[in-house]
Order: sequence, then C-alpha cells, then structure tokens
Amino acid sequence: MSPVAKGAGGRQGTEPERVTRSREPLLWSLFSAGGMASALVLPALAGVLWVAVPAGWVAAPEHGAMLAVAAHPLTRAAVSLLLILFFFHWAHRFRYTLYDGLQLYHLNLLIAVATYGIASALSALALWIVWTLG
Amino acid sequence: MEPVTLKVLRYRPEEEVEPTYQEYEVPCQDNWMVLDALNHVKERLDGTLSYRWACRMGVCGSCGMTVNGTPVLTCATYVEDVLPGPVVVEPLRGFPVIRDLVGDITDFMEKLGRVKPWLIRDEKKSPDEGEYLQTPEEVADYKQYSMCINCMLCYAACPIYELEPDFIGPAAIALAQRYNLDSRDQGEEERMDVLSQHDGVWACTFIGECSVVCPKNVDPAGAIQRYKVSATVDWVRSVLMPGRKP
Amino acid sequence: MKGASEWDRHAPSSAPNPRHTRYHPRWHRERIPIFWWVGHRRYTLFILRELTAVLVLYSGLLLLAQLVAIGRGPESYQAFQGWLAEPWVLALHTFVLLGLIFHTVTWLNLAPKALVLRVGKIRVPPRAVLVGHYLAWIAVSALVAGALVWVAG
Ligand code: SF4
Repeated sequence: MSPVAKGAGGRQGTEPERVTRSREPLLWSLFSAGGMASALVLPALAGVLWVAVPAGWVAAPEHGAMLAVAAHPLTRAAVSLLLILFFFHWAHRFRYTLYDGLQLYHLNLLIAVATYGIASALSALALWIVWTLG
Repeated sequence: MEPVTLKVLRYRPEEEVEPTYQEYEVPCQDNWMVLDALNHVKERLDGTLSYRWACRMGVCGSCGMTVNGTPVLTCATYVEDVLPGPVVVEPLRGFPVIRDLVGDITDFMEKLGRVKPWLIRDEKKSPDEGEYLQTPEEVADYKQYSMCINCMLCYAACPIYELEPDFIGPAAIALAQRYNLDSRDQGEEERMDVLSQHDGVWACTFIGECSVVCPKNVDPAGAIQRYKVSATVDWVRSVLMPGRKP
Repeated sequence: MKGASEWDRHAPSSAPNPRHTRYHPRWHRERIPIFWWVGHRRYTLFILRELTAVLVLYSGLLLLAQLVAIGRGPESYQAFQGWLAEPWVLALHTFVLLGLIFHTVTWLNLAPKALVLRVGKIRVPPRAVLVGHYLAWIAVSALVAGALVWVAG
C-alpha cells in the first residue's frame, strides 16, 4: 500500500475513460436542451392542458380542433422533438441521481443502459405515435 | 461576551481508534474570530490541539475547518455569527484526518498539478521582445478564477468529491479555466485530456455548494459548467468537421 | 455531517490505540451515509431539483397518452378529458405543475452560470442573461397558453 492518502473512503475510479469522453458531450447536450425546452414549455402546457381545462377555467377544446392541431406537420415536428428531448433529459438526470444519490457506482453500466435505453425506446414510440396520428 | 463552548473534534491516532469530541470553555472577546478562540485554547487551555493556520487574514487558505457543519475559513468567521454554542469545530470533510483538525491534502495537491496550472506556450517570445500584453477585457476573462487561495472549502462542500474521490474537483477545474481563458495561454488541449474525462468535469452534477462556500467568489461551479459548454461545442465541431482536431 | 452524539459514545480514553504504529500515519476517514442528502437543506433541495426530471418524463408520457386518445376518435378523447377532470387526477396534476415550476425556476437560475454571452468583447452581465431567460419563459408560456386557448375558443 502506498502511504499516500487518496481522498475520503469510497470508490476508486472504474470508469472506462476514453468511452465516456466521446459520449458525455452528446448526452449532456441532450440533457441540457431537454432541460431548457421543458423549463420553458412545460409549465404553460401542463397548466392549461392538465389543470386549467380539466378544472373548467378554460373551455375544453373540441375533438376536431385538437385533432387538426395535432395532425399539423409543424405540431408533429415540434412535439416529437420536444418529447425526445424530455425523455433524454430525464434519462441523464435520473441516471446521475441514482448513481450519486444512492451510491450505486457498481451498477453504473446497468443504470446507464436502462435509462438511455428507456429514453430511446420511448422516443421511437413517440415518433411512431405522433407521425401516424389522425 | 459570555464564555463560549467550543466542541472540537479530537483525533489522536496513537491513543484512540475513533475520533472524540472535547469541549472547551473559551472566554471570547468581542469581534473574535473562531480562529482566535482556537488559538486561545491552544495557548491557554490545551497545547495538544492541532490545527493549521498562518495569515489570519483570509489569504493563505490554511485555516479551513467545518464549523457547525459548514466549511469556512476560521479566520474570517466571527464567533458571534456561529452562536449559540456549543460551536462544533471539525476538520474539513472529504480529506482523511491526520490528527485533530488537520486533514491530509496530498490528493488535492496532486490534482492541482494534473491540470497544469501555468502558462503553456507553443512558441515563446524571448525577453527582449517584451511582455505578453493583455487588454483589461482579456484580464477580466479569467481574473475571477485567479482569486483562488487553495483553501479547499469547495472540496469539503462537494458531495461528489466525497463520493467519488477521483473527481478532480472544483478548485482544480476553476484553476484550469483560469489558464484556459487567459489570452496568453495555449495549453487548452493538454488540459482537455484531464478535464474531459468522467472524473474531470462530467462527474459534476452542479450541486453548486462549492460556489456557495468559496470565500473568494471564484465560482468554481460556474467554471465547471462553462467548461462543459465549451467541451460540447468542441465535440459538435469535431463531428461536423471530422478532420479537425477536437 | 455526522451528528455529534455518534462520536460521544467513544468517550476519551487514555488507552493507546492498538492499531497505531509509530511513524506510520493512521488516517481517520469519515464514512459517507447512504442518504447523504437527508438532513442538509441544500443537498435535499438538490436531490428534489434532480427528481423534477421524473415529472418531465411523466409530462412527456401524459402528452403522448393524450395524443393517442385524440387519435382514437371523439369518444376516447372525451373519456380522457373525463379522467383528467377527476378530483384526484386534478390534484395530482396540480402537484406536477408546481414541481415543473420548481424545475423551471431552478433551471433558469443556473443557466447564466453556464452560458457566457458576449457583445463584441464585453461579457453580457450574468444578471442580464438571467432576465433574458425569464423573459423567454414568459414569451414561450404566453405563446403556448395562447395557442391552446385559441384552439379551445
Ligand atoms: S475555489 Fe474558492 S473554495 Fe475552492 S479552494 Fe479556491 S478559494 Fe477555496
């Protein structure tokens, strides 16, 4: 044992470093873009669609009108982009919350595969739903 | 002022397996700092207490300790501000304790060196060609990061450093940025090898406590996020223009 | 930080440490509690901030479900709207909305730290970047809410 003290007790690095170097910027930019998009859009969207309308403060939109809006190509493009960003925002943030918040360092790979995997699957599902709708 | 009870963590490895707390009644005077109270203990009550200090004016960065759970410079913390007692004084978190309030900072010193905190030049001017001049704006780009006094309060405040000891940590990254953002420096790429790893900037999840406790407003958390942004921009460029070096 | 009482049971002893060898340092390392973010206001807020990502995921799924209901025709759309109006669902979504606002506020407050903008050579003051982000939030909210209300009207 070297007599040099290394930080506090805990895990020593096990990360395959070159790999993370190439992936992190991609994952982090998806996380950031998703964070910004959700921060700007979601309170208004949730406030109107899921609180104000059900509570009766705003007239409920007719089905035909909603369908027309949802099927508009611009809406489809915007909604699919937003959904993909939301999912990857969640994946990245949740991954690190599990990783650091519960100290699951030994499950690093499993957590990463699960979170980004779920985000990818949901993104594919979202694309399919949004573009086949109507 | 009423006498103040200091509750100090003691660890004497030749005598005890686990640390203990010892209480001292200190007749503090008005405007005493926590360090003054510790010095009173050392001089008048118990000469065996060990801790580091030097300048008493917030410049040397050696008197950092945990006071009532928060990492502070004891020379810059009024006793009045941490009352009512007992005032709990412990070593900085995240560093192995050698004795009493003294932590082992070998790991930090090694990490500082790894980010190459000096001006790196590809081609050097000879002295008779004159100085490397900078405009006030160019100085302003890095001045904040150059205020660091290596007190390690930011490391003590950072849960990630405690959880992942290999994380290079707030002050080292801020210092790397101090040189990266210096118009005279050309070493960004060399530092990137260290910074763009998981144990470089990416282990950081922007808890932000480092910037809260920093006594010099260095804002290491901001430095780290800025580096993430520029690392991402570099990555995008390398994807769009593959031939180019990252 | 470990509570003081946890140390107290090791009353000061004069018995020498059997594991100590002269001239060999024997560091004390404090163990990290599993739930290190409990009991520290700011660490707890940090974890709550990170957990808002779950609400973002939920909102994405809910939006998707609503789109599916719209796509299936008027009946399923009405059923979905009826489910949204149930008291417990409405209560849940009010809570989700508050969480999403918490996400927005924490996100926008931190944005100026990462984003350094320049006009010419001068750095835009972080406060201006912050105000800009909040203005953007207001603008986007007005746009989204306006569009939805317009569809309803
Ligand atoms: S960044 Fe601040 S807290 Fe960290 S070592 Fe430097 S002066 Fe101390």
